[in-house]
Amino acid sequence: MSKNSWPLYEVFVRGKRGLNHVHVGSLHAADDEMAVHHARDLYTRRNEGVSIWVVKAADITASSPDEKDPFFEPSGDKVYRHPTFYEIPDDVPHM
Amino acid sequence: MTDLRQHFEDTIAADHRIEPRDWVPDAYRKTMIRQIAQHAHSEIIGMQPEGEWITRAPSLRRKAILLAKVQDEAGHGLYLYSAAETLGADRGDLTEMLISGRQKYSSIFNYPTLTFADVGVIGWLVDGAAICNQVPLCRSSYGPYARGMIRICKEESFHQRQGYELLLTLMRGTQAQRDMVQDAVNRWWWPSLMMFGPPDDASPNTEQSMAWKIKRHTNDELRQRFVDMSVPQAEKLGVTLPDPLLKWNSDRQHHDFGPIDWDELKRVISGDGPCNAERIANRRRAHEDGDWVREAAMAHAAKHSGKAVA
Repeated sequence: MSKNSWPLYEVFVRGKRGLNHVHVGSLHAADDEMAVHHARDLYTRRNEGVSIWVVKAADITASSPDEKDPFFEPSGDKVYRHPTFYEIPDDVPHM
Repeated sequence: MTDLRQHFEDTIAADHRIEPRDWVPDAYRKTMIRQIAQHAHSEIIGMQPEGEWITRAPSLRRKAILLAKVQDEAGHGLYLYSAAETLGADRGDLTEMLISGRQKYSSIFNYPTLTFADVGVIGWLVDGAAICNQVPLCRSSYGPYARGMIRICKEESFHQRQGYELLLTLMRGTQAQRDMVQDAVNRWWWPSLMMFGPPDDASPNTEQSMAWKIKRHTNDELRQRFVDMSVPQAEKLGVTLPDPLLKWNSDRQHHDFGPIDWDELKRVISGDGPCNAERIANRRRAHEDGDWVREAAMAHAAKHSGKAVA
């Protein structure tokens, strides 16, 4: 890596009001402000967004892909969290 | 087979996507980095042949369109470098490998753009061929690459249409303008067919790439599709494609076409095309001339963050 390489930022764009910010890719920038400007130029050239978040890739903590099964295990056996778990007679209205 | 390899194989078999931190075989990672980097380099080098015409575009309308298109190519290169980095590639290394000739880019960008009609023909044929290649890549097994390709394909559609519209306009002009279009078609047709790569029987990596679902069709299938698409477009435009053997074959339900000069492709790929040295020299100069800017921005960022902490 050369001495002048800029840190990597991940970019999140809100497509329009009412939607979540969604990850769209990454870019390099010297600082946060430049990252937002570059993100605008790179990821919203055709009105793809109304709001942008950038965060240094190094600051993201993620679940490990190696432990994905055990990590998400706790929700696997709780079928009673889903509405389909409960049997309600067909003739009960509005439920 | 290890659990990790089994998980990889199962994901591919189920037509699910591989994501950045999944375990993948070394060969898959290497092949993907090479494929994505080569594609990114092509976008970046591809800014040059058309970029040369921005200052000489014949109207403000054409200038604005061309500027937007070349800016898109830069954007496409950056989406793709971003995808390559998710596999552990370093951006600086990728640039270094391009300007030192250790990684390739598409041979098509080593041909010169002699007239403004070339801008139109690049949009129509070169971007048309690129679209043929790229649409199936939206289903690449590597998630970040597939997602990048979806964005790119949406934007390429404008590239092809502006080129064809430019040519339609020239064809409604003077005889000299029509001749200019025909001349550009004559020069770009065969290099466009070469963009699909060597014929299937000389493409040793195709089988593995198809198995990994990072390639969805063979080179010859895509080339045939491109020829079949282009023939009616050429007719409508009123130009002749420079191949006396090109004709409809009703048995195959495809167009037959003449032999491709594979020696030319080999020469151009190995560095002996009309513009190879110039393209790389320009890219190297842009990178080196930008060094002080990158350094100054880092110094500014360091100073700024120092203040924020204090």
